Amino acid sequence: MRFLDHPILDFNSKDKKLVSFTFEGKTFNGYEGEPIAAALHDNGIKKLRISPKLKRNRGLFCAIGKCSSCLMKVDGIPNIRTCTEPLKQGMKVEYQNIKGDLPEVMS
Amino acid sequence: MKDNYNIVIVGGGPAGLSAALEASKYTDKILLIDENLKAGGQLIKQTHKFFGSKNHHASERGINIAQELIKSIDSDKVEFLSGVSASGFYKPHTLLLEDKERLYRVNSDKFIFATGASENIIPFVNNDLPGVYGAGAVQTLMNLYGVVPGKRVLMIGAGNIGLIVSYQLFQCGVEIAGVVEASPYIGGYSVHAAKLRRMQIPIYTNHSIKAAYGDECVEKAVIAEVDSRWNIIKNTEKEFDVDTICLAVGLTPSTELLSQAGCDMVYVRELCGYVPKHDKFMETSISGVFVAGDASGIEEASAAMLEGRMAGLKACYDIEKFNRSEWINSISHIEFELKSLRSGPHGEKAVNGKKKIDIQR
Repeated sequence: MRFLDHPILDFNSKDKKLVSFTFEGKTFNGYEGEPIAAALHDNGIKKLRISPKLKRNRGLFCAIGKCSSCLMKVDGIPNIRTCTEPLKQGMKVEYQNIKGDLPEVMS
Repeated sequence: MKDNYNIVIVGGGPAGLSAALEASKYTDKILLIDENLKAGGQLIKQTHKFFGSKNHHASERGINIAQELIKSIDSDKVEFLSGVSASGFYKPHTLLLEDKERLYRVNSDKFIFATGASENIIPFVNNDLPGVYGAGAVQTLMNLYGVVPGKRVLMIGAGNIGLIVSYQLFQCGVEIAGVVEASPYIGGYSVHAAKLRRMQIPIYTNHSIKAAYGDECVEKAVIAEVDSRWNIIKNTEKEFDVDTICLAVGLTPSTELLSQAGCDMVYVRELCGYVPKHDKFMETSISGVFVAGDASGIEEASAAMLEGRMAGLKACYDIEKFNRSEWINSISHIEFELKSLRSGPHGEKAVNGKKKIDIQR
């Protein structure tokens, strides 16, 4: 959920560019350059990962790339910290297969 | 991107930026790296005004202080890389860096670790449920990207961060169900607590969180009264229908790199974790390796900025020729500011903590 009116901050900049991306096959919108996790939150998606051992749902916790709670598969590459990874047009975001599979092609 | 730098600074928050700014007055070939997308650390999320005297940026908002620091840095002298992590330090001169594409080394004789801190978590049932956030994460989402985490929040911790973030959430139109504090007292400044009181947000002292419940995300939180030893008292539970639980229960210095580098580390309760021993110039037990900001003990941004300047200045002293009186002037100015910042009851903890890790050279 986004807010538009804030007493101090201005989030209505004209420089912001809306882009589309997919999450688990469905198309969503977000702003270019914001962290993927922020765009997911705006679209109401809070569950970002399943823990490797006990298979528990995990969400965003630290948002500064330290806690590994938000690791996801982005454009086929697993273990991407979605809290610090900037959103780009056409990104494919998915839950990763627990610890993450090796991508098919590594250049 | 070069291989060799005069100074390498890890962390672009208030301490790292101040170190870079100070060092760039005397030398060049400075590398500043940060893991995040933007420089400024926690400052760029702080919409509230700072306290203290004019010399410590009082009545300025954190977001503006960060912009000022970033603007004053000369890019001919300081190279800034964002989205880069430091993954290892190898004595005496090598730091391992990684970004999405590659793993590489940089060499230098001087390193300043301004790596900040990470959010604490406390034990309660389902504390890993999506919808449980560190206060820093909530600030990042709402104050950097304009996204709020939910509709109704329970805040855990009535220190300054808990109080300030509650108010900031309110400013974004989020309802605050209450603020929960395990100690009998509100730890933060009363001016922040008063703002919440005016909005009739209840502050539950002598209470702690017991559990979070929900299918996929937080739907409910249960708190209970605690005794003087912080054990939960039976039959005192209160339930809240909330979709977000925000933890503002303290920070731990991020000192993994310093520890791995082999610095003498000490656990100091007042500084909130393991911190490297250092002298008054912020140099650790390893010559040429400096620490600054929260990584040297949890304090506030104003202290971090002064420590950063001190480390930046001393790192230059070993590289460039200084006029003796200029050197003494600069050092004693920063020392004086730090001392005045830590004077008074709020600085006592830091002063006592720092005594325990002091290196006399």
